[in-house]
Amino acid sequence: MTGKRTRTLGLIAGMVVVLGGFGYLLYGNIGENIVFFLTPSELLAKGGEAYDQPVRLGGQVKAGSVQWDAQALDLRFVIKDADGEIAVHSKGAPPQMFQTEMGVIVEGKLTHAGSQPLFESTNLMVRHSNEYQPPKDGHPKPEQMYKSLIKD
Amino acid sequence: MNKAVQGPEVIAPPRWLTPVGWAALLAFPAAQITGFLISAPDRAMGNLQKIMYVHVPSAWVAMVGFFVVFVASVRYLWSRDLKHDRLAAATAEVSVLFTGLTLALGSIWGRPTWGIWWTWDPRLTSTAIMLLIYVAYLALRSFTEDEERRARWSAAVGILGFLNVPIVYFSVKWWRTLHQVQTVDVTGAIGSAYAISLLINSIAFMILFAWLVGLRTQLAGLERQREAWLEEQALSRSDAHV
Repeated sequence: MTGKRTRTLGLIAGMVVVLGGFGYLLYGNIGENIVFFLTPSELLAKGGEAYDQPVRLGGQVKAGSVQWDAQALDLRFVIKDADGEIAVHSKGAPPQMFQTEMGVIVEGKLTHAGSQPLFESTNLMVRHSNEYQPPKDGHPKPEQMYKSLIKD
Repeated sequence: MNKAVQGPEVIAPPRWLTPVGWAALLAFPAAQITGFLISAPDRAMGNLQKIMYVHVPSAWVAMVGFFVVFVASVRYLWSRDLKHDRLAAATAEVSVLFTGLTLALGSIWGRPTWGIWWTWDPRLTSTAIMLLIYVAYLALRSFTEDEERRARWSAAVGILGFLNVPIVYFSVKWWRTLHQVQTVDVTGAIGSAYAISLLINSIAFMILFAWLVGLRTQLAGLERQREAWLEEQALSRSDAHV
């Protein structure tokens, strides 16, 4: 058994390591290096480097931009943030919560489509809010929502 | 071994254990029913929102559990009393269960809402790391024979491993993630029926958690008693042969 003094010193050293770690995480800058997705303006700001690189792009679905071809399972829409927007092309059915003005993240590559940039998405994720709200009057009830989904 | 021998007198479980078990059995369904009754299906995701009432409490309870592991580990190192080590081990086991549940329920919620079962976003990744740290903690325990050494090493893991827990909690605030931020921030105000339902369910989970930890700690005490008794028996037998 080690002496009481050694033990106390060991505990203090351990605490310093733990608290130092917390402090580094809270006040260090590593937060800026961990980014799950880029916004349209951030991606466009990279210029030529942005193209043909696997990347995640996140933002809001621009109102009125959604074009869904149910026969070909072909989806086109525009992702926007405050300062920029990028057209997105995706194959396959989107998640059931996908809708206009919803937050979305797409995985894929930025490509040249003629003169315009076009994001070719291989994976589409819906980002929802942390606030939950009861439906407004006239909104479909959840059961009806599911039914309409099954029909599609 | 062929002769029936008197075992040690079994230590009684703490008095609170059985009532808390009953309370958990009643509180759990009551909280779930309350959640369905007082909060309307969400505008965008309908009844899928109700998964929050099991997913979030699981995560909270797991994180509280790892804090208990942390405190018990410090107390063990301070006092070298093995009862703190037993509490740490029992709590770690139960918290691993709830972390696994959090990930599974989150995945089930993520598929219909986000459109994916899993992605390497900071919240999801740090939670997976949290699970691995405490699975490693349990593995370390089962690989170490000597009681004192096992307690010392696992206390070190129990303290250092806790570093990751605040990262899990704050990941959604510090970094840009797919996962939404906390609906009920521990430091924030509570208002909506959703938040109230969430809190009621969290209390039910907490009771269940306390019961499981109490049960597991009791079992750990019995295991220890049995080991000591077997050792004693082996010793007295070898004395008889000499």
